[in-house]
Amino acid sequence: MSTSLSPTLAAVTGSRVRRSRRRALVIGLLATLVVAAYGVNLMVGETFYPPSEIWRVILGETVPGASFTVGELRLPRATLAALAGFCFGMGGVTFQTMLRNPLASPDVIGITSGASAAAAFAIVVLGLTETGVSAFAIGAGLAVAIIVYTLSFRDGVAGTRLILIGIGIAAMLDSATAYVLSQAAQWDLQQAQRWLTGSLNGATWDETAQVALALLVLGPLLLGQARNLFMLQLGDDTAAALGVRLERTRIVVIVAAVGLLAFATAATGPIAFVAFLSGPIAARIIGSAGSLLVPAGLVGALLVLVADLIGQYAFDIRYPVGVVTGVLGAPYLVYLLIRTNRAGGSL
Amino acid sequence: MTQLDSRPGPGAAVDRRRPARVRTLWILAALAALVLIMIASVAFGSRIVGWADIVAGVRGQTDTLAQAAVVKRIPRTFLAVAVGAALGLAGAVMQGVTRNPLADPGILGVNMGASLAVVTGIVSFGLASAAGYIWVAILGAAVAAVFVYAVGSLGRGGATPLKLALAGAAISAALASLISAFVLPRSDIATGFQSWMIGGVGGASYDSLRLVLPFLAVGFAVSLLSAKALNSLALGDDLAAGLGERVAVTRGVAALGAVLLCGASTAVAGPIAFVGLVVPHFCRLLVGLDHRWLLPFSALIGAALLTAADVVGRVVARPQEIDVGIITALIGAPFFIYFVRRQKVREL
Repeated sequence: MSTSLSPTLAAVTGSRVRRSRRRALVIGLLATLVVAAYGVNLMVGETFYPPSEIWRVILGETVPGASFTVGELRLPRATLAALAGFCFGMGGVTFQTMLRNPLASPDVIGITSGASAAAAFAIVVLGLTETGVSAFAIGAGLAVAIIVYTLSFRDGVAGTRLILIGIGIAAMLDSATAYVLSQAAQWDLQQAQRWLTGSLNGATWDETAQVALALLVLGPLLLGQARNLFMLQLGDDTAAALGVRLERTRIVVIVAAVGLLAFATAATGPIAFVAFLSGPIAARIIGSAGSLLVPAGLVGALLVLVADLIGQYAFDIRYPVGVVTGVLGAPYLVYLLIRTNRAGGSL
Repeated sequence: MTQLDSRPGPGAAVDRRRPARVRTLWILAALAALVLIMIASVAFGSRIVGWADIVAGVRGQTDTLAQAAVVKRIPRTFLAVAVGAALGLAGAVMQGVTRNPLADPGILGVNMGASLAVVTGIVSFGLASAAGYIWVAILGAAVAAVFVYAVGSLGRGGATPLKLALAGAAISAALASLISAFVLPRSDIATGFQSWMIGGVGGASYDSLRLVLPFLAVGFAVSLLSAKALNSLALGDDLAAGLGERVAVTRGVAALGAVLLCGASTAVAGPIAFVGLVVPHFCRLLVGLDHRWLLPFSALIGAALLTAADVVGRVVARPQEIDVGIITALIGAPFFIYFVRRQKVREL
């Protein structure tokens, strides 16, 4: 008995070790890439600064020219890009995992639209500043999540119904955003673009600190639920049988994910498709080994950093980062749809 | 259509045999309502105009500010009527052609396709004439319609309502982000574009009306002439073929009519969504399922709805305006959600 079991056991543990080794390797690689992209974002610009000068700026020394350009402009921008990207990626993959559908990402089903509409409303109509704006964005994001979930609930939540209802809600919220923006005294395209597609222009340390704080508090909370989230993917009944307390897990996960998304949205606007893209990309490179939360966050950070580089310097005109991610994400959305339909999934 | 009405019940039978008298009555009532709304559209705005000024303004006098306002509002009203009628009719035709209660030029991405085509034409090919916009828009609408239908009908079960709607919405989102990438570098057109993308009739003039009317007229004619064929299609493809209908040709012709209507109206008023979704459903309740009645009635109600939405947009935010595209989204999206909720979904 034991002789026949042990080789199987050895094989299982062996492949498990291999998978977790691969996972650690991929995560390490992604983290390296994020750091590299972050460094490039700091170096490249109107004037190029070598790493040594940037390091001195980071250490707090005064370097003529670089102290302002890097310390005041590029550093907050790149930091916000990385943090917001991480939040979008992590929040996005949470919803995709929980609802078992890559299309059920918060930027498709209206959650970031809600946060964005609320943030625009708080700024334009109520004249609030950072903390108030974030609070509004979180409230709206949660409200949208609850409304979409409730409306699509009928003998259980069906994926397609939830997504379509989310799209309907998103259409209404985007109209509301467009209306609020048209009421702004200084209607300018920069501002509008920020709340419609997301942009890093005018990133400040205050905004960056808020997103960092959100990530520090909510990130571990979400990671603590990673195992339960993974089991939710197996189906509600299976998860319950495995000892997951469904309702509690769902509430914690939704609140934490919406919090991350809303803080990021309040700072940068809803950067198009980052939440949608990060999860599937992470899944593709890491395989099925464990939770996707951290890899998706890293992919999100990498996406935003690289897209901002492209948007800033690849063309004659500077594009906001959301336009670049939108153009990258659009074909993938259509591809995903075609693939799912082909496979005969009910979506 | 089928999905909504396939449930056998006394309601459907009664609907089909709704007496002509009742239908005529509804059509007359809708006409009267449309005329009233048109008068309101001329009278209300940031400045409310009296009857005497309306009459004088219609005669072409511009002596007072009120009369000048009337003269400016008349083309706007006509454009709202034309675009609303086109979208209402296009929605009814698309619902008939795809036999899908969720079909709508906005939801299925057809309007967005037209928009992207116009934007590409302006930015990449230096397209400048308004007549050129319309041709390009119609081409874009046609390509988008075919593409969305192809994607939506892949896989098991063919083009089910939800799959088609999802394909349309996803492709719309994809097209919208391509549009902003095209528009942003052109600061000269970008600001005006933002309001065009929302969808509005504020920029109406007799010139734009004159340009778009021939296209709309052809679209109306093609669509209305396919009413009888759409009735056969509603019975199902096999039965329609058995009745001597050439199913593919019929579909193609009717869809072409709808695409003409969508493309032309998007070229002048921007991608307005949800009008074509709501209107036909409402009309079916009143005049029944016969497309020979449903199509013209949908055009009438579409015109009334869009004009009314435009008036509301001008009145509630005085002295500013809310673009009509915002109002229709706020009215239409809840209906969309309602219809989605009614659909049966098979979950794997």
